[in-house]
Amino acid sequence: MGRRVLLIEDEPNIIEAISYLLSRDGWTVHTHSDGETAMDKVRQGVPELIILDVMLPGRSGYDILRDLRADPQTADVPVMMLTARGQARDRELATSLGATQFMTKPFSNAEVLDSVRALAAL
Amino acid sequence: MVDRALAGTRVRNRRLDLGLRQADVARQINISGSYLNLIEHNRRRIGGALLEQLARVLEIDAGLLADGTADVVLGPLNAAAAAFPEARVEGARAEELVDRFPGWAALIAAQARRIAQLEERTQALGDRLAHDTQIASSLHEVISTATAIRSTASILVETPDLDQSWRGRFHSNIDTDATRLAESSQALLGFLDMEVETGLEGGATPVEAAEAVMAGWGYYVPQAEAQGVPDVSALDGPTRGLVEGWVRRAGEDAARLPLAAFEQAARAVAYDPGRLATRFQVPLEVVLRRLAHLPPDAGHPAMGMAECDAAGVVTFQKPVLDFRLPRAGAACPLWPLYQALTQPGRAVRRVVQMPGVARTPFECFAIAGPVGEVAFGGEQRVAATMLVRPARMETIETLGNDAPDAVGPGCRLCVVQECASRRHPSIV
Repeated sequence: MGRRVLLIEDEPNIIEAISYLLSRDGWTVHTHSDGETAMDKVRQGVPELIILDVMLPGRSGYDILRDLRADPQTADVPVMMLTARGQARDRELATSLGATQFMTKPFSNAEVLDSVRALAAL
Repeated sequence: MVDRALAGTRVRNRRLDLGLRQADVARQINISGSYLNLIEHNRRRIGGALLEQLARVLEIDAGLLADGTADVVLGPLNAAAAAFPEARVEGARAEELVDRFPGWAALIAAQARRIAQLEERTQALGDRLAHDTQIASSLHEVISTATAIRSTASILVETPDLDQSWRGRFHSNIDTDATRLAESSQALLGFLDMEVETGLEGGATPVEAAEAVMAGWGYYVPQAEAQGVPDVSALDGPTRGLVEGWVRRAGEDAARLPLAAFEQAARAVAYDPGRLATRFQVPLEVVLRRLAHLPPDAGHPAMGMAECDAAGVVTFQKPVLDFRLPRAGAACPLWPLYQALTQPGRAVRRVVQMPGVARTPFECFAIAGPVGEVAFGGEQRVAATMLVRPARMETIETLGNDAPDAVGPGCRLCVVQECASRRHPSIV
């Protein structure tokens, strides 16, 4: 069983593509699509890395990130934020809330892989 | 704060500017010359009816003579001066400016207020673009779908040994996402177009209002067949003028191309404008207009139209499918409409396609030429007309391996980056 990554994203075809990509790279990919229950999913088994979309149904990725950082269990888990927005203020907000990395859609597969590998090495 | 006493000074300065004698002014407002003299030397205050009378005689707004009203002018004047410190105006003499040149001062103040309003409006529009939930949601949909397509397509290309079932699944995903992308991007463009066309005042222009009337009629006016004009008296003046002008022109076209004969001939030649122009011996633009204004329920193919003046401003358009030229901001110069404009008298026929998946290729017929009588002397008006219709399969097949010519919705909304005609960056 490979290292665990949790992908919290509501776009099914992005989930499928990233899941395939990371699986091939040796990761065990868990996915979740709902913002409201995302923290429950995290607490079921804290992953090594979280990939978190900003715009999610039920609850924004920023709110989830805030909770992740406030919870001692997940405070140190690397979080890569995915967003369709690339403005400076979004990046600043993500960083101020404790995001480890910030990736703007549309990203390339190579960028995702490189970032995930780099975060796993932290 | 303006000193109340200065009202008298303003009266005096204004009277002297007009070259009026104190006694004459006093007589016109039924007061003694000595009383007016006291007013002018700020030893008597004025207001009410006397102020109104004095203002009328001095041909000035009463508010500008009144005490507090000058502040309404002085405030914006000072604000205008503060906004442009590099102008280094004589700030201490603002009051004197109001007194001596109330009209100019009022103009500066009005312009300062207008600038402030426009800045607020610009800010509001900027904020809306950044925070409007509809735009944000639409943009998010477009970018997310593009991300899924990019990621999936990369896997397909970069993984030659991809399992067959995965390959089929990813192909299916791309197909689904491509359709979604087409729909969401069109929705976004439509929304942005609407935003642009709303304009600063928030209302439609007379041309847009007149086009809406024509759209309501299906771009066909039965009365025009007999050179009649429907009752449009309920419309406002400029809109009415445009609608009546278009209908009258449609009537003139109908007189040259009687409906029954034209419909029969059009069907017989597969709506070929060139052959119709030859058959009826009329200028091509008349045929283009007639084709665009056929009865909507008579089984004719969908046809749109655009017209522009010599400056390229769209003066009339009938949208068809996703064909619609932007009215605010310049359109893409690659549309045959504009190419015709550069070569008046030359008929242009091209198959074009806008960027993006699932975009309809259009067959365009365009020509430009003089409007009205051609005569020596004076400025000749020139206009271009373009008929637009979804390209038929046989037309596309004639292109062989050539793709339809690329055209865009206008640089602002166009995704084609490598374009020699790009004037400024796209926002999408």
